[in-house]
Amino acid sequence: MSSATQQATAGRPTGAGRSGAKGPARLRSKRPAPSIANPRKSLTLTVLTGLVLLYALVPLAWLVINASKTQKDLFSSFGLWFAGDFALWDNITTTLTYQDGIFARWFFNTLLYVVVGAGGATFLALLGGYGLAKFNFPGKRAVFAIVIGAVAVPGTALAVPTFLMFSKMGLTDTPWAVIIPSLIAPFGLYLMWTFAAEAVPGELIEAAQIDGAGPFRTFFKVAIPLLGPGIVTVLLFTMVATWNNYFLPLIMLRDPDWYPLTLGLNAWNSQSSTAGGEAIFNLVITGSLLTILPLVIAFLFLQRYWQSGLAAGSVKE
Amino acid sequence: MTMASVSTGRGSVAPAVRRSRRRWTGWQFVGPFMVIFTLVFLAPIAYSIYISLFRTQLIGGTSFVGFDNYVTAFQDPQFWSGVSRVALLLLVQVPIMLGIALLVALAIDSGRLYGKSFFRISIFMPYAVPAVVAALMWGFMYGTRFGLIGNINDAFGTSIPDPISSGFVLAAIGNIVTWEFVGYNMLIFFAALRTVPHSLYEAAEIDGAGQWRIISAIKLPAIRGALVIATIFSIIGSFQLFNEPSILQSLSPNYITTYFTPNLYAYSLSFSGQQYNYAATIAIIMGVLTMLVAYVVQLRGMRKEV
Repeated sequence: MSSATQQATAGRPTGAGRSGAKGPARLRSKRPAPSIANPRKSLTLTVLTGLVLLYALVPLAWLVINASKTQKDLFSSFGLWFAGDFALWDNITTTLTYQDGIFARWFFNTLLYVVVGAGGATFLALLGGYGLAKFNFPGKRAVFAIVIGAVAVPGTALAVPTFLMFSKMGLTDTPWAVIIPSLIAPFGLYLMWTFAAEAVPGELIEAAQIDGAGPFRTFFKVAIPLLGPGIVTVLLFTMVATWNNYFLPLIMLRDPDWYPLTLGLNAWNSQSSTAGGEAIFNLVITGSLLTILPLVIAFLFLQRYWQSGLAAGSVKE
Repeated sequence: MTMASVSTGRGSVAPAVRRSRRRWTGWQFVGPFMVIFTLVFLAPIAYSIYISLFRTQLIGGTSFVGFDNYVTAFQDPQFWSGVSRVALLLLVQVPIMLGIALLVALAIDSGRLYGKSFFRISIFMPYAVPAVVAALMWGFMYGTRFGLIGNINDAFGTSIPDPISSGFVLAAIGNIVTWEFVGYNMLIFFAALRTVPHSLYEAAEIDGAGQWRIISAIKLPAIRGALVIATIFSIIGSFQLFNEPSILQSLSPNYITTYFTPNLYAYSLSFSGQQYNYAATIAIIMGVLTMLVAYVVQLRGMRKEV
């Protein structure tokens, strides 16, 4: 179970227990006074925070609404309400079939980069984080200092030299040019390190070793089951990073057949500003909606895991 | 306590060979990460330092020029206009974004909101939107043709200009960045706030401390680490600004120049101008600048702790 929910529910009984112990002081008021653990709800605060909520959601609502409009209605109707024709299904069909269905090709490219890139990045971060948290080895401090220093190096600063190196190795314009740099997530390593330090007790590793298990058997059989929330958290954040990646594929790829969704959408959008290009704003908007849906769904369904993973990751700070 | 003494006791008994083998076990776990890390982080850094010392010309080819590229960069007004633009964004947008994120995190953590988990997940959601989609979407909404600005102008007869093709372009980009990352930062703060033991709040309440006092005396000091980390990441993000201006460029070529941000400048230099050496120089200067600022923030953030 997630530790965040446990914390939240555990907070209440203790709060109630404490206020029960202070019983005599409470007798003056008829209703139990709100405690810190369970305070009175505030309408003002809800409304104020609601402004930020609106700010976050209105653009997403705009996207959903306008994905249902024809190109003509986009220009003639009010932006935050539906137009006469509900063209969402038409738009989706056209998006998927336009230019011989290249959108689907981009979708599967993105999927490839995410599965291999983010999956690999999570696995490497998991291995490395566990190694840093549970073993002492020569050069450990240096590894840690270099990786933390690397977090501060602007990723895009590396892009040009990486491109030049990869082009000498003949890797540019292939999926590897996008996948290999995605395999490294310094922040993921940091998160796994703090998480493993908390979640895997040293005694358990020692016990497994006494039972004769080697370090890797111990890792797979004992540590990985305990690291679940941490793994989901790092996986989700590396997924977002690879799914949303734009700069790296932009410089590495020339062939539209290898584009991820982000590059493809931008290509469709700039098509309208080139001479003779067909303006397909309705497809850009519908394609954008289709691009964000998988991630939104993943975040919604895996909430429990990644939120507790984040909470545990922040303990060390 | 007892476990620790047991393990050290056994360690001293174990033969030296086994111990030295065990000492290297950690590398088997960290090794794979470090190999790829060397390939995609360390090697490019070394390589870009190397090529920044050369210059390639159409006539004469590549020649060693020492620190000439750095001297050129320090006197390059286009480079510095980009730096000052991201610095301005950093000074204005980052405090606004982190301020909103902190207020929302405190509001959700206070438990005084109706439907707090809905707030938490909804405000976070824009983080899942790719920068490309966010820039395209806001670009459309900013538009006077079928965007919301156009709707406002139609409804009220005003003539508010499109923010991205006017002097407001930096503010317009700052707004997009804020929208993308306010929820992410909120979640970092919120996660840190959850780890503060509730007994502290109860003790403070018994001592007669109000909500604001609890926030300033307990909550904020407790999450200082998270505040410093979020600030550093936001600084890095601002200095790296590329995606949003690059995508909006087609909508606003007159206001978003090829040197709008240092990264855009480095990109244009390499891929339109083939000036790889100079682009590497710019990238290195920006990297050093970012690390310096991040380091100062970290020092300041941690000094208050003592």
